[in-house]
Amino acid sequence: MRGERRKGLRLSKLYSFVCFRPFSRDDHSQIGQRGYSRVVFCNDPDNPEALQLNYRGNYVSTTKYTAANFIPKSLFEQFRRVANIYFLVVAFVSFSPLAPYTAPSVLAPLIVVIGATMVKEGIEDWRRRKQDVEANNRKVEVYGKNYTFVETKWKDLRVGDLVRVHKDSYFPADLLLLSSSYDDGICYVETMNLDGETNLKLKNALEITSSLNDEESLKNFRAVIKCEDPNEHLYSFVGTLNYDGKQYPLSPQQILLRDSKLKNTDCVHGVVVFTGHDTKVMQNATDPPSKRSKIERKMDKIIYVLFSILILIAFTGSVFFGIATRKDISNSEKLRRWYLRPDQTTVFYDPRKAILAAFFHFLTALMLYGYLIPISLYVSIEIVKVLQSVFINQDQEMYHEETDRPARARTSNLNEELGQVDTILSDKTGTLTCNSMEFVKCSIAGIPYGRGMTEVETALRKRKDMPQEIDDSMSSKDPTAKSMKSVKGFNFWDERIFDGQWVNQPRADIIQKFFRVLAICHTAIPDVNGDTGEIAYEAESPDEAAFVIASRELGFEFFARTQTNISLHELDHMTSENVDRVYELLHVLEFSSSRKRMSVVVRNPENHLLLLSKGADSVMFERLAKHGRQFETETKEHIKRYAEAGLRTLVITYRELDEDEYRMWEEEFKKAKTSVSAERDALIDSAADKIERDLILLGATAVEDKLQKGVPECIDKLSQAGIKIWVLTGDKTETAINIGYACRLLREDMNQILVTLDSPDIEALEKQGAKDAVSKASFESIKKQIRDGMSQITAASEISAKEGLKTFALVIDGKSLAFALDKKLEKEFLGLAICCNSVICCRSSPKQKALVTRMVKTGTGRTTLAIGDGANDVGMLQEADIGVGISGAEGMQAVMASDFAIAQFRFLERLLLVHGHWCYRRIAMMICYFFYKNLTFGFTLFWYEAFASFSGKPAYNDWYMSCYNVFFTSLPVIALGVFDQDVSARLCLKYPLLYQEGVQNILFNWARILGWMANGILSSMIIFFLTINSMAAQAFRRDGRVVDYSVLGVTMYSSVVWTVNCQMALSINYFTWIQHLFIWGSIGFWYLFLVVYGSLPPTFSTTAFRVLVETSAPSLYCWLTLVLVVVSALSPYFSYRAFQINFRPMYHEVIVERRRTERPLPLPLPLPLPQEETDISGELPTPVEFTLHHLKANLSRRNSWN
Amino acid sequence: MSSNTASSSAGAAGSTDSSAARRNSKRPKYSRFTQQELPACKPILTPCWVISTFLIVSVIFIPLGVISLFASQDVVEIVDRYDNDCIPVPARANKVAYIQGTGDKTCNRTLRVPKRMKQPVYVYYQLENFYQNHRRYVKSRSDSQLRSQKYENQVDACKPEDDVGGQPIVPCGLIAWSLFNDTYDLSRNNQRIAVNKKGIAWKSDREHKFGKNVFPKNFQKGNLTGGASLDPNIPLSEQEDLIVWMRTAALPTFRKLYGKIETDLEAGDTIHVTLQNFYNTYSFNGKKKLVLSTTSWLGGKNDFLGIAYLAVGGICFFLAIAFTIMYLVKPRRLGDPSYLSWNRNPGGR
Repeated sequence: MRGERRKGLRLSKLYSFVCFRPFSRDDHSQIGQRGYSRVVFCNDPDNPEALQLNYRGNYVSTTKYTAANFIPKSLFEQFRRVANIYFLVVAFVSFSPLAPYTAPSVLAPLIVVIGATMVKEGIEDWRRRKQDVEANNRKVEVYGKNYTFVETKWKDLRVGDLVRVHKDSYFPADLLLLSSSYDDGICYVETMNLDGETNLKLKNALEITSSLNDEESLKNFRAVIKCEDPNEHLYSFVGTLNYDGKQYPLSPQQILLRDSKLKNTDCVHGVVVFTGHDTKVMQNATDPPSKRSKIERKMDKIIYVLFSILILIAFTGSVFFGIATRKDISNSEKLRRWYLRPDQTTVFYDPRKAILAAFFHFLTALMLYGYLIPISLYVSIEIVKVLQSVFINQDQEMYHEETDRPARARTSNLNEELGQVDTILSDKTGTLTCNSMEFVKCSIAGIPYGRGMTEVETALRKRKDMPQEIDDSMSSKDPTAKSMKSVKGFNFWDERIFDGQWVNQPRADIIQKFFRVLAICHTAIPDVNGDTGEIAYEAESPDEAAFVIASRELGFEFFARTQTNISLHELDHMTSENVDRVYELLHVLEFSSSRKRMSVVVRNPENHLLLLSKGADSVMFERLAKHGRQFETETKEHIKRYAEAGLRTLVITYRELDEDEYRMWEEEFKKAKTSVSAERDALIDSAADKIERDLILLGATAVEDKLQKGVPECIDKLSQAGIKIWVLTGDKTETAINIGYACRLLREDMNQILVTLDSPDIEALEKQGAKDAVSKASFESIKKQIRDGMSQITAASEISAKEGLKTFALVIDGKSLAFALDKKLEKEFLGLAICCNSVICCRSSPKQKALVTRMVKTGTGRTTLAIGDGANDVGMLQEADIGVGISGAEGMQAVMASDFAIAQFRFLERLLLVHGHWCYRRIAMMICYFFYKNLTFGFTLFWYEAFASFSGKPAYNDWYMSCYNVFFTSLPVIALGVFDQDVSARLCLKYPLLYQEGVQNILFNWARILGWMANGILSSMIIFFLTINSMAAQAFRRDGRVVDYSVLGVTMYSSVVWTVNCQMALSINYFTWIQHLFIWGSIGFWYLFLVVYGSLPPTFSTTAFRVLVETSAPSLYCWLTLVLVVVSALSPYFSYRAFQINFRPMYHEVIVERRRTERPLPLPLPLPLPQEETDISGELPTPVEFTLHHLKANLSRRNSWN
Repeated sequence: MSSNTASSSAGAAGSTDSSAARRNSKRPKYSRFTQQELPACKPILTPCWVISTFLIVSVIFIPLGVISLFASQDVVEIVDRYDNDCIPVPARANKVAYIQGTGDKTCNRTLRVPKRMKQPVYVYYQLENFYQNHRRYVKSRSDSQLRSQKYENQVDACKPEDDVGGQPIVPCGLIAWSLFNDTYDLSRNNQRIAVNKKGIAWKSDREHKFGKNVFPKNFQKGNLTGGASLDPNIPLSEQEDLIVWMRTAALPTFRKLYGKIETDLEAGDTIHVTLQNFYNTYSFNGKKKLVLSTTSWLGGKNDFLGIAYLAVGGICFFLAIAFTIMYLVKPRRLGDPSYLSWNRNPGGR
């Protein structure tokens, strides 16, 4: 019997899987023309003609650079940054006499900084290269000259080579499938790496080539493929195969793409069509979208501020310099400062051309005060962010054991943005839920089956205060767990139909039909485990898998699928024996989101024609036959209840067909399928529509998409942190609301505002069919609903001042959303939405998701985070400021488009509240500190100028200055950026409100930035004026020696190094040995540098020659000055901090203090949950206060728009 | 998500073990470093800390200030400004012409010693409004030429004082050229006080920056004479006045060591100074002062450091008191959340 079926298979032309796949629209006649010029000589790559074509080899390189172009290209990349260009120009100009310092001292730090970045680029590229080498050296069997398959490296493949690929290995290039180990030349392919879809895809060879499946038959195989040029369209292929003097059209069905994997098939033979970079996957390779964080954008603005300061002080200096220079020769040709020889001078100091001299001086000053702009800022930030991402990747708390997936920061640009998220836009399926469907309930013939209790129901009960029933359900659920091993995708328990008991049910016939439909009407592929005989299923959607599993568990085991047949093991309820039943599969009318149903036409063993159909209630009930509505009311009631319980429901129906009717329909359907016109899809749909009617209702199924572990707690925490959460889902309104309750997005104490178009008058209008009128009425209705909602909130916020406050939740459905997103309503809608703590958009399409994201992002100007797992979330992920992909069941597409990838929704809590908060804080502090330290340093130069006639002589030796940013101050600030923690991770999570520091941007607002800048300038003034007054003209040592240029420089510079490093020590909150090492090490290094540099010959060390050893160090006066200056320079900040921390503490400081005062708590103790909860609420009356404040802020914001 | 987080620290170790068996796991390895749990000290500024810090600073600074002030007070310093007085009254209308003229510029000054000055007494000249730190001026020297005869011709940086008729000037440059040339002869009771001019320059300068075999050449032979001339027979390493001068000052008001008096000067002594007033500071209104000063263990006379120490110490003491009072008046319970910054002051810091 099996053999027979096989034979039939081979002849069959009807492939259910392809019947709805659109053929490529392009005409095959285009082959040979422009864009379709590729010619492949199969199995004949040494053919002179083939050699002439000179197609690229299969060597793949994804590196950005090659050994040859690394230097120029990476340099070019570097100098695309404005600040770096500035420094490069400065470096060049420093070779001219304009420069206030020597050229090498300017070049050195630039080289160090650029070098560091280049090394980083180099390492990254080298890693990519290693991957490439690995891929290029993979082995594949190639059909060789002596007619055997020889192992060859991937990179040596050429176009036209014949290769054999074995099970579970990747295709080395884009191949034309010739034959497979199956007789009919089919094979299964997993395309996870291409599009992220995990289900298997079927590919089939041309019949003419499917026999070429051994070395012998391939001996004389020669063919020519003419096809399209390389392109990035994964799902199209146009080509012809010239074989045996005939032409055969080729379609994507025959193409095996590189990086997809052969599954369930022992081996395949194929001809290499595209190699290396010509393959579709390589043509598709694009860089992940690059986003910049808000802080970085603000940082650019600060740099502009600094540039303005730079220009301002340079200009001031030039004016004074010009005046002083002009006076050097008086009108009577007398020399004023004769020691400068103003009579014989270069143009730079010429008193006769004072304006020109001043202009040149301006350029000099621009260089001199260039220290205001931190040269190492960009590279430091980059280093810091990379290290921060390492910490994110390494976090054990965000590692998911089951899937073996750690969190992954795919870009390091956005770390600090994670700490500023104001709104989270989340997908539901697969993100909040596991996306592993479990069959929990069904309603057959109007009788509900299934005693399981869903999480949503539990939540629902809890909400309605029905504890006793919860207990009930628990007890009824328990036996399920005991009596049978748990089956993935199946959580159904009902003794009435288990173990074949259904036979005794009143409508056993209907139950049988019901499960047959479930077992037959699907597109899953069974995968029989050879050893145990267990059957696993590969299904396109988890729902289908759940159905097949359910029918298997209830005695309708689907075990084999061929192109024409579906075979079941069935329990015969007459004989109570297992029998095999084979259904001939005639047609599959596939599921699509517009059809919302799927049907199959089969012939059963009794030779009856059946149409089995399942679909959404909204489309199915209207298709029922008059006599098929027997259980309609009960079923509808059950469906409603299931939806309330957060279940996904489908209606199961069937009908019997007459042979005549079927034949007529089949003709029409085939015609539709073979037609080559634009309306082909519409024709097929309408043909399908014709047969999918007069259905007989059997019942309905309900599958549960379980909430992921920890989701409600996570959402709770996030909303405590003041983050607004929007859920954008494709679900029905009721389902969405209930899921919302289950995951605590909605709470009983919230006021729900429902915006919907399901009102009778709109429906009535719809029935009349006047489109314009409908849309107009809808628009008005939405507008009114939004306004009503708004006034509710306004009213509530007025009351709330007196008596507690109400929070609001907005629920809107897809149809209404389409109107609400209209330009005219957008603002009002957004205004309403941001007043609500939670927003749920139901029935929204991928495009709407992206639009909503954009609206929130641009409308509020706040940071949005989108989280999702499927291909339908890609638009949303890319649109949002941060895209977080869940690397879940739906493949990698969302992850590929995301900036961060986590395995579970609950990890978002840690990602935001801990890592986000820390990174935000670190980067903000780091940037502020950077500006502080450079202003401190730069302004001492400026003050000194005032005492050097603004001549452009720096106060310090050239090399001190050039090492400032690179050696003496850079490491502590990097340590700050990488390691600083205001509070520990545990406390971050315990006090989620802390997160608001980032959302309200408290650490990086202009007041704070300018405060730091002012602190820098103040420090520089204290340092400079205290130093010069202390070290005035008098002797500074016992031996009567006086202070000269070099001593003053060293003392002042030491003060600066000490001050900025101690300032760092004062401002960080977290001292590990690393901080100590870096801070004190930097100061130590300065002295070490001074000793080493000072011992170089004086021609090189100039003013630094032995300055420390001989001159400064033995002088007690220098040290006393240093102590005075450093303490004085730090004291304003210290006093401010002391005041602020004690009288206006920030939240994290309060938490730290709390922690300190209640120390006796042993650290690693896992607190019992309820205790901690009361703990929080007892400690913090503030969430209330905070929300109040937040609400007020929101209101005022909204008002400012209107 | 309290259950998850609370067990974080405790659960980590256990789960590491369980997964250890699993091969090829992508589980991040545990280390205190990667989990950001390094042992750390987290200082917080409690009132106690603030007050004690201020107190400690003031306790250290005030005595230091007092000591510094005493040291400064111990120093006896005689400052005599002579730039104006050494111009004969008739010439004062055009001081520049006088100083550039060729007449006798001897000038007698009388100094009174107010207090006993123990040897060594340092003699300084002080110039004001003289920009030795002007970029053009500072750059105008050739270190290699000063160091070795070999590099005699390296005078590029020295323009316009680089050569005379093609012959390089040694030492070249504006700094050397403008060498200070007033001289002081000190006498007490008609007895000359010896002024030792040896050892007034830094040792490193003498030994490493100024060569023993480098002799002045063509110095002050240009069309314009700047300051002092040098004896062409003495190597630069022994021309200490030049060495001192060439170590440029940091600020426009500066002193330079002229010499040392190695006898004590008694209180009430009258010192006669016979002064050759050659140096032109008149064109740029620079003052010239003669300074005789002793030193303390700390150096010369400058009250600023001591006062600054006292001031900072005093302010810190005041702040300590102020904070204490503020606490007594308006105490804040540690960790009291009602002080949340954005509750009080939204958006501010």
